[in-house]
Amino acid sequence: MAAIRKKGGKETPAISTASLPDIIFILLFFFMVATVMRETELKVNIKPAKATELQKLQKKSLVSYIYIGQPTRIYQEKFGTAPVVQLNDVIYQIVDSDGSTNSNVSEVRRFIVNERSKLPEKQQKSLTTSLRVDRGVKMGIVTDVKQELRKVAAYKVNYSAVPRTDW
Amino acid sequence: MAKGKRKLQEINASSMADIAFLLLIFFLVTTTMDIDKGLITLLPPISEEEPPPPDKANQRNVLDILVNKNDQLLVKGDLMDVTELKELAKTHVNNNDVDPRYSKSPQDAIVSLKNDRGTSYEVYITVQNELKAAYNELRDEYAINNFGVKYSDLQKVNQKKVRNVFPLRISEAEPENY
Repeated sequence: MAAIRKKGGKETPAISTASLPDIIFILLFFFMVATVMRETELKVNIKPAKATELQKLQKKSLVSYIYIGQPTRIYQEKFGTAPVVQLNDVIYQIVDSDGSTNSNVSEVRRFIVNERSKLPEKQQKSLTTSLRVDRGVKMGIVTDVKQELRKVAAYKVNYSAVPRTDW
Repeated sequence: MAKGKRKLQEINASSMADIAFLLLIFFLVTTTMDIDKGLITLLPPISEEEPPPPDKANQRNVLDILVNKNDQLLVKGDLMDVTELKELAKTHVNNNDVDPRYSKSPQDAIVSLKNDRGTSYEVYITVQNELKAAYNELRDEYAINNFGVKYSDLQKVNQKKVRNVFPLRISEAEPENY
Protein backbone atom coordinates (compact mmCIF):
# COMPACT_ATOMS: atom_id res chain seq x y z
CA MET A 1 0.00 0.00 0.00
CA ALA A 2 2.69 2.34 0.99
CA ALA A 3 4.47 1.71 -2.25
CA ILE A 4 1.41 2.56 -4.26
CA ARG A 5 0.77 5.78 -2.42
CA LYS A 6 4.32 6.77 -3.01
CA LYS A 7 3.92 6.27 -6.72
CA GLY A 8 0.79 8.34 -6.91
CA GLY A 9 2.40 11.19 -5.11
CA LYS A 10 5.35 11.41 -7.48
CA GLU A 11 5.13 14.23 -10.01
CA THR A 12 5.58 13.42 -13.66
CA PRO A 13 9.01 14.65 -14.67
CA ALA A 14 9.12 17.34 -17.34
CA ILE A 15 10.01 16.00 -20.77
CA SER A 16 13.56 16.87 -21.52
CA THR A 17 13.80 19.28 -24.44
CA ALA A 18 17.54 19.01 -24.68
CA SER A 19 17.32 16.99 -27.89
CA LEU A 20 14.89 19.38 -29.53
CA PRO A 21 17.60 21.42 -31.28
CA ASP A 22 19.04 18.22 -32.69
CA ILE A 23 15.69 17.17 -34.11
CA ILE A 24 15.17 20.57 -35.62
CA PHE A 25 18.65 20.51 -37.08
CA ILE A 26 17.96 17.17 -38.74
CA LEU A 27 14.82 18.62 -40.29
CA LEU A 28 16.75 21.70 -41.30
CA PHE A 29 19.44 19.69 -43.04
CA PHE A 30 16.82 17.63 -44.84
CA PHE A 31 15.18 20.74 -46.24
CA MET A 32 18.50 22.36 -47.09
CA VAL A 33 19.48 19.34 -49.13
CA ALA A 34 16.08 18.86 -50.73
CA THR A 35 15.60 22.51 -51.57
CA VAL A 36 15.86 23.66 -55.10
CA MET A 37 15.91 27.40 -55.10
CA ARG A 38 13.64 28.79 -57.74
CA GLU A 39 16.08 30.12 -60.27
CA THR A 40 13.72 32.00 -62.47
CA GLU A 41 10.90 34.23 -61.60
CA LEU A 42 7.78 33.22 -63.45
CA LYS A 43 6.41 36.09 -65.44
CA VAL A 44 3.70 34.11 -67.12
CA ASN A 45 0.71 32.31 -65.69
CA ILE A 46 0.96 28.58 -66.08
CA LYS A 47 -1.74 26.11 -65.23
CA PRO A 48 -0.19 22.83 -66.26
CA ALA A 49 -2.03 20.31 -68.41
CA LYS A 50 -3.07 17.01 -66.90
CA ALA A 51 -1.94 13.59 -68.03
CA THR A 52 -1.58 10.05 -66.75
CA GLU A 53 1.48 8.64 -68.50
CA LEU A 54 4.00 10.80 -66.73
CA GLN A 55 7.70 10.16 -66.57
CA LYS A 56 10.16 11.80 -64.25
CA LEU A 57 12.92 13.86 -65.72
CA GLN A 58 16.19 12.17 -64.90
CA LYS A 59 18.90 14.76 -64.57
CA LYS A 60 18.03 18.27 -63.58
CA SER A 61 21.27 19.72 -64.91
CA LEU A 62 20.41 18.54 -68.41
CA VAL A 63 17.04 20.22 -68.49
CA SER A 64 16.30 23.69 -69.72
CA TYR A 65 12.89 25.20 -69.36
CA ILE A 66 10.73 27.15 -71.74
CA TYR A 67 7.64 28.78 -70.32
CA ILE A 68 4.69 29.70 -72.46
CA GLY A 69 1.62 31.42 -71.13
CA GLN A 70 -0.21 34.65 -70.58
CA PRO A 71 1.88 37.31 -68.80
CA THR A 72 1.03 37.82 -65.15
CA ARG A 73 -0.93 40.91 -64.27
CA ILE A 74 2.10 43.08 -63.53
CA TYR A 75 3.57 42.35 -66.93
CA GLN A 76 0.35 42.58 -68.89
CA GLU A 77 0.78 46.31 -69.29
CA LYS A 78 4.06 45.79 -71.02
CA PHE A 79 3.43 42.60 -72.92
CA GLY A 80 -0.31 42.48 -73.42
CA THR A 81 -2.51 39.49 -72.71
CA ALA A 82 -1.57 37.21 -75.59
CA PRO A 83 0.55 34.15 -74.71
CA VAL A 84 4.28 34.81 -74.71
CA VAL A 85 7.47 32.79 -74.44
CA GLN A 86 9.65 33.23 -71.40
CA LEU A 87 13.27 32.06 -71.43
CA ASN A 88 15.19 32.34 -68.19
CA ASP A 89 13.98 35.63 -66.77
CA VAL A 90 13.09 37.38 -69.95
CA ILE A 91 9.96 37.58 -72.04
CA TYR A 92 10.90 37.99 -75.66
CA GLN A 93 8.68 39.92 -77.95
CA ILE A 94 9.04 41.63 -81.28
CA VAL A 95 6.97 44.43 -82.63
CA ASP A 96 5.71 43.90 -86.13
CA SER A 97 5.67 46.61 -88.74
CA ASP A 98 1.97 47.08 -88.23
CA GLY A 99 2.45 47.67 -84.52
CA SER A 100 1.19 44.33 -83.27
CA THR A 101 3.42 42.36 -80.95
CA ASN A 102 4.47 38.79 -81.42
CA SER A 103 6.45 36.39 -79.34
CA ASN A 104 9.99 36.27 -80.60
CA VAL A 105 10.31 32.52 -80.98
CA SER A 106 13.63 32.72 -82.82
CA GLU A 107 15.19 33.61 -79.47
CA VAL A 108 14.54 30.00 -78.53
CA ARG A 109 17.34 28.94 -80.85
CA ARG A 110 19.86 31.24 -79.20
CA PHE A 111 18.67 30.17 -75.79
CA ILE A 112 19.13 26.46 -76.54
CA VAL A 113 22.55 26.94 -78.11
CA ASN A 114 23.55 28.93 -75.06
CA GLU A 115 22.22 26.31 -72.64
CA ARG A 116 23.93 23.58 -74.57
CA SER A 117 27.30 25.30 -74.47
CA LYS A 118 27.13 25.25 -70.67
CA LEU A 119 27.10 21.47 -70.63
CA PRO A 120 30.15 19.25 -71.00
CA GLU A 121 30.58 18.06 -74.54
CA LYS A 122 29.59 14.48 -73.79
CA GLN A 123 26.23 15.47 -72.43
CA GLN A 124 25.30 18.06 -74.97
CA LYS A 125 23.27 15.60 -76.96
CA SER A 126 21.12 14.63 -74.03
CA LEU A 127 19.91 18.14 -73.34
CA THR A 128 16.21 17.96 -72.66
CA THR A 129 13.88 20.85 -73.15
CA SER A 130 10.97 20.96 -70.79
CA LEU A 131 8.03 22.89 -72.16
CA ARG A 132 5.94 24.34 -69.41
CA VAL A 133 2.89 25.52 -71.19
CA ASP A 134 -0.38 26.82 -69.86
CA ARG A 135 -3.21 24.49 -70.75
CA GLY A 136 -5.25 27.21 -72.38
CA VAL A 137 -2.56 28.24 -74.86
CA LYS A 138 -3.24 27.62 -78.52
CA MET A 139 -0.97 25.21 -80.36
CA GLY A 140 0.24 27.84 -82.82
CA ILE A 141 2.91 29.30 -80.56
CA VAL A 142 3.87 25.85 -79.25
CA THR A 143 4.32 24.58 -82.79
CA ASP A 144 6.54 27.55 -83.58
CA VAL A 145 8.72 26.81 -80.57
CA LYS A 146 8.90 23.15 -81.54
CA GLN A 147 10.04 24.12 -85.02
CA GLU A 148 12.79 26.26 -83.53
CA LEU A 149 13.88 23.36 -81.35
CA ARG A 150 14.08 21.11 -84.37
CA LYS A 151 16.22 23.64 -86.16
CA VAL A 152 18.85 23.48 -83.43
CA ALA A 153 18.53 19.71 -83.14
CA ALA A 154 17.15 19.78 -79.61
CA TYR A 155 14.92 16.80 -80.19
CA LYS A 156 14.37 15.68 -76.63
CA VAL A 157 11.27 17.40 -75.39
CA ASN A 158 9.26 17.01 -72.25
CA TYR A 159 5.72 18.30 -72.13
CA SER A 160 5.42 19.22 -68.50
CA ALA A 161 2.19 18.02 -66.92
CA VAL A 162 0.64 17.11 -63.60
CA PRO A 163 -1.01 13.82 -62.70
CA ARG A 164 -4.65 13.40 -63.58
CA THR A 165 -6.85 11.22 -61.45
CA ASP A 166 -10.08 11.16 -63.39
CA TRP A 167 -11.70 12.48 -66.51
CA MET B 1 41.82 36.24 -6.83
CA ALA B 2 38.21 35.30 -6.61
CA LYS B 3 37.78 36.40 -10.17
CA GLY B 4 40.45 34.05 -11.45
CA LYS B 5 39.00 31.10 -9.59
CA ARG B 6 35.58 31.54 -11.08
CA LYS B 7 34.53 28.84 -13.50
CA LEU B 8 33.99 29.77 -17.12
CA GLN B 9 30.30 30.32 -17.60
CA GLU B 10 28.63 27.98 -20.04
CA ILE B 11 26.99 29.49 -23.06
CA ASN B 12 23.28 29.29 -22.83
CA ALA B 13 22.13 27.00 -25.65
CA SER B 14 18.42 27.27 -25.10
CA SER B 15 17.99 29.72 -27.98
CA MET B 16 19.67 27.30 -30.35
CA ALA B 17 16.34 25.67 -31.05
CA ASP B 18 14.82 29.02 -31.94
CA ILE B 19 17.61 29.84 -34.35
CA ALA B 20 17.29 26.43 -35.96
CA PHE B 21 13.53 26.93 -36.17
CA LEU B 22 13.99 30.20 -37.98
CA LEU B 23 16.32 28.62 -40.51
CA LEU B 24 13.97 25.69 -40.89
CA ILE B 25 11.02 27.95 -41.59
CA PHE B 26 13.06 29.89 -44.13
CA PHE B 27 13.92 26.73 -46.03
CA LEU B 28 10.38 25.42 -45.75
CA VAL B 29 9.08 28.55 -47.38
CA THR B 30 11.65 28.76 -50.16
CA THR B 31 11.49 25.08 -51.01
CA THR B 32 9.87 24.14 -54.23
CA MET B 33 9.59 20.41 -54.22
CA ASP B 34 8.63 20.36 -57.84
CA ILE B 35 9.96 17.26 -59.43
CA ASP B 36 9.32 17.94 -63.04
CA LYS B 37 7.15 15.31 -64.62
CA GLY B 38 5.75 15.14 -68.07
CA LEU B 39 5.41 13.36 -71.35
CA ILE B 40 8.82 12.80 -72.83
CA THR B 41 8.89 12.73 -76.61
CA LEU B 42 11.40 12.94 -79.39
CA LEU B 43 10.90 15.48 -82.12
CA PRO B 44 11.70 14.35 -85.65
CA PRO B 45 14.68 15.92 -87.39
CA ILE B 46 13.94 18.47 -90.08
CA SER B 47 14.22 17.00 -93.53
CA GLU B 48 14.17 18.92 -96.74
CA GLU B 49 12.74 16.05 -98.69
CA GLU B 50 9.07 15.78 -99.34
CA PRO B 51 7.51 12.94 -97.43
CA PRO B 52 6.60 10.01 -99.65
CA PRO B 53 3.02 10.08 -100.87
CA PRO B 54 0.75 7.85 -98.83
CA ASP B 55 0.56 4.38 -100.23
CA LYS B 56 -2.96 3.14 -100.83
CA ALA B 57 -2.07 -0.37 -99.65
CA ASN B 58 -0.50 0.96 -96.48
CA GLN B 59 -3.25 3.39 -95.73
CA ARG B 60 -4.82 0.89 -93.35
CA ASN B 61 -1.72 1.07 -91.16
CA VAL B 62 -2.15 4.73 -90.52
CA LEU B 63 -4.34 5.93 -87.70
CA ASP B 64 -4.82 9.49 -88.63
CA ILE B 65 -6.03 11.96 -86.09
CA LEU B 66 -7.06 15.48 -86.85
CA VAL B 67 -7.76 18.03 -84.18
CA ASN B 68 -9.42 21.22 -85.30
CA LYS B 69 -9.42 24.62 -83.72
CA ASN B 70 -12.60 23.83 -81.80
CA ASP B 71 -10.76 20.96 -80.14
CA GLN B 72 -12.81 18.35 -81.97
CA LEU B 73 -11.25 15.06 -82.92
CA LEU B 74 -11.52 13.43 -86.32
CA VAL B 75 -10.13 9.91 -86.22
CA LYS B 76 -10.04 7.97 -89.47
CA GLY B 77 -12.65 10.33 -90.82
CA ASP B 78 -15.08 9.99 -87.92
CA LEU B 79 -15.83 12.46 -85.18
CA MET B 80 -14.76 11.03 -81.88
CA ASP B 81 -14.52 11.83 -78.20
CA VAL B 82 -11.07 11.91 -76.65
CA THR B 83 -12.09 9.35 -74.06
CA GLU B 84 -12.59 6.70 -76.74
CA LEU B 85 -9.25 7.30 -78.38
CA LYS B 86 -7.23 4.92 -76.24
CA GLU B 87 -9.39 1.90 -76.96
CA LEU B 88 -9.43 2.65 -80.66
CA ALA B 89 -5.67 3.07 -80.75
CA LYS B 90 -5.27 -0.25 -79.00
CA THR B 91 -7.53 -2.06 -81.47
CA HIS B 92 -5.78 -0.35 -84.33
CA VAL B 93 -2.28 -1.30 -83.25
CA ASN B 94 -2.98 -4.75 -81.94
CA ASN B 95 -5.11 -5.78 -84.91
CA ASN B 96 -2.68 -8.31 -86.39
CA ASP B 97 -4.36 -8.44 -89.78
CA VAL B 98 -7.80 -9.38 -88.42
CA ASP B 99 -9.85 -6.36 -89.40
CA PRO B 100 -9.03 -4.89 -92.82
CA ARG B 101 -9.75 -1.38 -91.53
CA TYR B 102 -6.97 -1.50 -88.98
CA SER B 103 -3.25 -2.10 -89.10
CA LYS B 104 -1.54 -5.18 -90.51
CA SER B 105 0.75 -5.67 -87.54
CA PRO B 106 1.87 -3.62 -84.53
CA GLN B 107 5.20 -3.02 -86.26
CA ASP B 108 3.51 -1.45 -89.27
CA ALA B 109 1.12 0.73 -87.35
CA ILE B 110 1.69 4.45 -87.48
CA VAL B 111 -0.19 7.22 -85.79
CA SER B 112 -0.46 10.40 -87.77
CA LEU B 113 -1.34 13.44 -85.73
CA LYS B 114 -2.29 16.74 -87.19
CA ASN B 115 -3.53 19.72 -85.30
CA ASP B 116 -4.64 23.20 -86.11
CA ARG B 117 -2.81 26.25 -84.84
CA GLY B 118 -5.95 27.05 -82.89
CA THR B 119 -6.07 23.73 -81.06
CA SER B 120 -5.66 24.19 -77.33
CA TYR B 121 -2.58 22.79 -75.68
CA GLU B 122 -4.68 20.89 -73.18
CA VAL B 123 -6.37 18.82 -75.87
CA TYR B 124 -3.08 18.25 -77.65
CA ILE B 125 -1.54 16.87 -74.46
CA THR B 126 -4.59 14.73 -73.80
CA VAL B 127 -4.34 13.18 -77.26
CA GLN B 128 -0.63 12.54 -76.84
CA ASN B 129 -1.31 11.09 -73.43
CA GLU B 130 -4.03 8.74 -74.67
CA LEU B 131 -1.80 7.42 -77.43
CA LYS B 132 1.00 6.85 -74.98
CA ALA B 133 -1.41 5.17 -72.58
CA ALA B 134 -2.58 2.83 -75.35
CA TYR B 135 0.95 1.76 -76.14
CA ASN B 136 1.90 1.44 -72.49
CA GLU B 137 -1.05 -0.87 -71.90
CA LEU B 138 -0.21 -2.99 -74.92
CA ARG B 139 3.41 -3.24 -73.83
CA ASP B 140 2.37 -4.15 -70.31
CA GLU B 141 0.06 -6.89 -71.54
CA TYR B 142 2.75 -8.27 -73.80
CA ALA B 143 5.35 -8.14 -71.05
CA ILE B 144 3.10 -9.94 -68.57
CA ASN B 145 2.24 -12.66 -71.09
CA ASN B 146 5.82 -13.24 -72.13
CA PHE B 147 7.97 -12.35 -69.15
CA GLY B 148 5.52 -12.45 -66.30
CA VAL B 149 6.19 -8.91 -65.11
CA LYS B 150 5.13 -5.44 -66.07
CA TYR B 151 7.03 -3.53 -68.75
CA SER B 152 8.52 -1.09 -66.28
CA ASP B 153 9.90 -3.92 -64.13
CA LEU B 154 11.67 -5.61 -67.02
CA GLN B 155 15.38 -5.50 -67.63
CA LYS B 156 16.64 -3.06 -70.22
CA VAL B 157 17.27 -5.79 -72.80
CA ASN B 158 13.78 -7.16 -72.49
CA GLN B 159 12.25 -3.70 -72.48
CA LYS B 160 13.86 -3.14 -75.82
CA LYS B 161 12.40 -6.39 -77.11
CA VAL B 162 8.94 -5.32 -76.06
CA ARG B 163 9.48 -1.89 -77.54
CA ASN B 164 10.40 -3.49 -80.84
CA VAL B 165 7.16 -5.44 -80.86
CA PHE B 166 5.13 -2.30 -80.14
CA PRO B 167 7.13 0.60 -81.52
CA LEU B 168 5.48 3.92 -80.75
CA ARG B 169 5.50 5.88 -83.94
CA ILE B 170 3.65 9.15 -83.90
CA SER B 171 4.19 11.21 -86.96
CA GLU B 172 3.20 14.80 -86.56
CA ALA B 173 2.37 16.59 -89.74
CA GLU B 174 4.62 19.45 -90.71
CA PRO B 175 2.94 22.63 -89.60
CA GLU B 176 1.21 24.47 -92.36
CA ASN B 177 0.79 28.13 -92.78
CA TYR B 178 -2.79 29.13 -92.59
